[in-house]
Amino acid sequence: MSQTLAIKTEHLGRIYQIKRKRGESGPATLVALEDVNLEVRQGELFGLLGPNGAGKTTLIKILTTLLTPTSGRAFVDGIDVVENPQEVRRRINMVSGGESCGYGLLTVEENLWMFTQFYGLDFKTARERIQSMLEVVGLADRAKTKAYHLSTGMKQKMNFARGFLNDPQILFLDEPTLGLDVQTSRILRDFVKRWVRERPGKTILLTTHYMAEADELCDRVAIIDQGRILACDTPANLKRRLQGASIFKLQTTPLDTLEHFKQLPGVSQFAGHRRNGHTELNFILEDENALVKVLDAVQAKGGHLLSLEKREPTLEDVFIHLVGRGLSDEENPT
Amino acid sequence: MTVLQRESWRESLRSLKVATWLGWQIESNWTDPFLFAVYSLIKPIAGAMILVVMYLVVSGGQTDNPIFPYIYLGNAFYIYVGSVLMGISYAVIEDREHYGVLKYIYVSPIQVYFYLLGRGVARTLTGTIAVIITLVFGVLVFKLPVNFLKMNHALFWPVFLIGLAGLALVGILLAGLTLITARHNYFMGEAVAGALYLLCGAVFPLDVLPKVLQYIGLGLPMTYWLEGVRRAMLGTSVSPVLAPFTHETILIILFSSTLCVGAISLGFYRWCERRAKEKGLIDMQTMY
Ligand SMILES: Nc1ncnc2c1ncn2[C@@H]1O[C@H](COP(=O)(O)OP(=O)(O)OP(=O)(O)O)[C@@H](O)[C@H]1O
Ligand SMILES: [Mg+2]
Repeated sequence: MSQTLAIKTEHLGRIYQIKRKRGESGPATLVALEDVNLEVRQGELFGLLGPNGAGKTTLIKILTTLLTPTSGRAFVDGIDVVENPQEVRRRINMVSGGESCGYGLLTVEENLWMFTQFYGLDFKTARERIQSMLEVVGLADRAKTKAYHLSTGMKQKMNFARGFLNDPQILFLDEPTLGLDVQTSRILRDFVKRWVRERPGKTILLTTHYMAEADELCDRVAIIDQGRILACDTPANLKRRLQGASIFKLQTTPLDTLEHFKQLPGVSQFAGHRRNGHTELNFILEDENALVKVLDAVQAKGGHLLSLEKREPTLEDVFIHLVGRGLSDEENPT
Repeated sequence: MTVLQRESWRESLRSLKVATWLGWQIESNWTDPFLFAVYSLIKPIAGAMILVVMYLVVSGGQTDNPIFPYIYLGNAFYIYVGSVLMGISYAVIEDREHYGVLKYIYVSPIQVYFYLLGRGVARTLTGTIAVIITLVFGVLVFKLPVNFLKMNHALFWPVFLIGLAGLALVGILLAGLTLITARHNYFMGEAVAGALYLLCGAVFPLDVLPKVLQYIGLGLPMTYWLEGVRRAMLGTSVSPVLAPFTHETILIILFSSTLCVGAISLGFYRWCERRAKEKGLIDMQTMY
């Protein structure tokens, strides 16, 4: 029996027109998504992992009917998002993190109440869902607080709660824990996992640039960079691709240039960055013997080894392997 | 009715209901009732009075000239134009720019026309209070020859209600324009209201306008709305251009031009919505 896919995209593409000021050169268009083919099954917690600007939000916007693709097609629960957006909206919800939104002059409860009414929930169900979601996000004691008295993080939690109110068939979470503290993120992640496990047939598409989040939560992960899907598999299978490879993490005293590490014999991938006062070097080596050359090179640059660790592959290594640079390179320029 | 139609219908009712509630919360949620009164009542009433007072000064206080009640009623009812247009089109700015929720509203199964109409209801109500105060004031202070009990109700109510519906539809058109134009559109509602002010005979009869503008005025439902309201309340008309039309003709023209404007507005909004989705404007935040 063939089941309808929760999400399916066919050669999906999105090009943005960029307004340029007079005199500026460079291309007038930006390819945010290119030939994206995804199939997410019902009941999956599916992760989209990629660095800033990879196209994650763009994809979510298309799937949630907020943005039209410039090529290809997309289906949510078998329904074409461009042709029948209203039908799609009846089945979905969406939360994007890292922003504060909500009607400041309504209370937390009223903000959520309003959305339950857009979804046509009866009063009793609405009350119950609001109450239970407020408890999940830890805002139960703030139910009667006006939203403009909330901190940014609290507003984000309120928005997170909103996403679950209609018990959507397919839920889109765009970096839901972005900017939240560690403990809150933990709670929300656990909830997301529980929510999808306890409700067979419900699907979540979650985007993140935290590899640990993707690794821990997701049944399958698609790695996306510069608008293209580079790989799509279970986290375990993705990591298995690197089996046999030797992965080392070195910490050294600060080094000026890191470029030459890429060229060393036996180094198949390399990513490095500065971190609070030291330099972190990640190597995927063809075999362990290449490590000697690496250590020589560190010494030749006047660096001292602070720590050396042989690791199991992580999704970040998979990313480095596929892309040739680290997920977090942008945040920590070398 | 199919299952889907019934579902759409329910969504429409819900959208209207919730949006009305929301609009009222926003409109009335002034922590300071004084500010609420100033913004919702005193400001529109003062606006309506400016021309009346100017007329009185220029004419040396001639309230018995038939042009006086003409100007007075035109200005009083014109309060609606600002409040309905602004109430509806401003919802897009509030939701998108101030509160950042437009995308979440758009992701939920609302029926957007009904949502927008609902958002305009609160302003229409406060507008109504302002209009009533202005009219009562006119009768008591300026001896405006209007008798609320004896006026032509059979003409007034259909004209009045169709006119309001027409304004709401123009509000939707403006909401569409707001959706696709980035910042600096705060006062678009007021700008459009200002332009209509001249074209639909609110202050002076169409006859004083150049021919071209007269034709534009004759194509606008608001012209017939104000004319119908005046005839119903005063019993006469001072506009030679409109004088040949019977009451029934005024009503028919009002109704059909409202239908036209409605079709144009709803179509235009859909077009804007499509543009907005193509350009990624629904979740754009231009202000902050
Ligand atoms: N409205 C827009 N106009 C022009 N370019 C845009 C627009 N929105 C996004 N882009 C560009 O499209 C690319 C993908 O952006 P997108 O927001 O989808 O990335 P992302 O993966 O969500 O990144 P992040 O992790 O930073 O949220 C980026 O290069 C971005 O600059
Ligand atoms: Mg993003």
